[in-house]
Amino acid sequence: MNKLTMLGWVSIALIALGSVLGLAVLPADALQGEVQRLLYVHVPVAWVMMLAFFVVFLMSILYLVQRELKWDLLAVSAAELGVLAAVLTLILGTLWGRPTWGIWWAWDPRVTTTALLVPIYTGYLVVRSMTEDPDRRARWAAVIGLIAFVQVPIVYLSVFWWRSLHQPPSSPQSMWSAYGLVMLLGFAAYTLAFAYLWLRRYRLAATELELELSGPEEG
Amino acid sequence: MSDLPRRAAAILWKDILSETRTRQGFTAMLSFAALVLFMFSFAIGVDNDLLGRLAGGLLWVAIVFTGTLSLGRTFQNEELAGGTRLLRLYPGDVRAIYLGKLAGNLVVLAALEVVLFPAAAILYQVDFTAQAGPLLLVAVLGTFGFSVIGTFFSALTVHLRARELLLPLLLFPALVPVVLGSVGATEAFLAGDPLGRAGGWLRLLASYDVILFVVCLWVFPVVLEE
Repeated sequence: MNKLTMLGWVSIALIALGSVLGLAVLPADALQGEVQRLLYVHVPVAWVMMLAFFVVFLMSILYLVQRELKWDLLAVSAAELGVLAAVLTLILGTLWGRPTWGIWWAWDPRVTTTALLVPIYTGYLVVRSMTEDPDRRARWAAVIGLIAFVQVPIVYLSVFWWRSLHQPPSSPQSMWSAYGLVMLLGFAAYTLAFAYLWLRRYRLAATELELELSGPEEG
Repeated sequence: MSDLPRRAAAILWKDILSETRTRQGFTAMLSFAALVLFMFSFAIGVDNDLLGRLAGGLLWVAIVFTGTLSLGRTFQNEELAGGTRLLRLYPGDVRAIYLGKLAGNLVVLAALEVVLFPAAAILYQVDFTAQAGPLLLVAVLGTFGFSVIGTFFSALTVHLRARELLLPLLLFPALVPVVLGSVGATEAFLAGDPLGRAGGWLRLLASYDVILFVVCLWVFPVVLEE
């Protein structure tokens, strides 16, 4: 078994362990009840989303400096995972928000900004998919990856001024210690899962590029 | 470096000339903006109080929609005639192209707003004159921010097949601080700024304008590379 496959199995095992602990072993939260268990997935997935978009930003900078296509492939692989994590974060968040806040959608700054990240990075992916030339594609994508990262904190700030309701970020300190430990386990598990999927996707992207550059094949 | 404003002015002058000689684009844009203002009234109903309270938001949405259509044309003439490459071949910093096109968009949007503000004042029965100075500042900052981001993304999307769709997709999320700041400040000033919130929105607008302007100007040569 190679190292990457091993990483995949380790992350699946950790996610399974976290799920068992979060769903069956720990008692439900006294105030929020059973829905609180969503947090063991919601918060780590939101973290993966931020990590993924930060990776897009870093890889975009590296591409613009070094102009090597591998940075672009690493960036797009992270962007796809980031969009997936953003959508998952929103779905889990609304499922939790309905019983807790009483409404599905509250125009809270972090929710709104997360929702805006989806079209921003969808735009990144669509521009990329519509550009034929690999170098142009990489250059324009890198520019969007860079600008997006500059605009997002200010978008967050402006929405924050506009409206505020979300509770402060959940951190291990704000919770009973056993909850915090399961949350930390979740962070580790989903970060490893991200690393695994990211590198897998990168390998696929590299193969696709190789095929693209070698021109049309027979059959 | 001292050539930069001169080159930018040359590009601006070229675009103004070609626009004034055809004049199709601007007339169509004005009509579109007027229709957007009408659509809001049709959608909301003839409730003068309600329209008056919403006027700031409606006005800026009309500016954003109409402005987006106009932005799409920023590089279109060059693109159709293969002129982007020619522009690039001229000696000097290619940032002059960005600055010239940005100035062009500012002129077009200013001309649009000169018509749109009075039109909104009449249709929605709001009085812009009481706070004319502060509102002018909001309009300048909002329009500048819109044009800075819009000019940049229109250069980025002009080569793409679905550019009419992709420009707003990239542009609108980036405009959130501009729209929130402009609408927030406009509504605060129209209400006489009782809570003193307009200043915060203006500072947000100004800082976002400066940050995005610096980043866009800095990255622009990468967008135009061949």
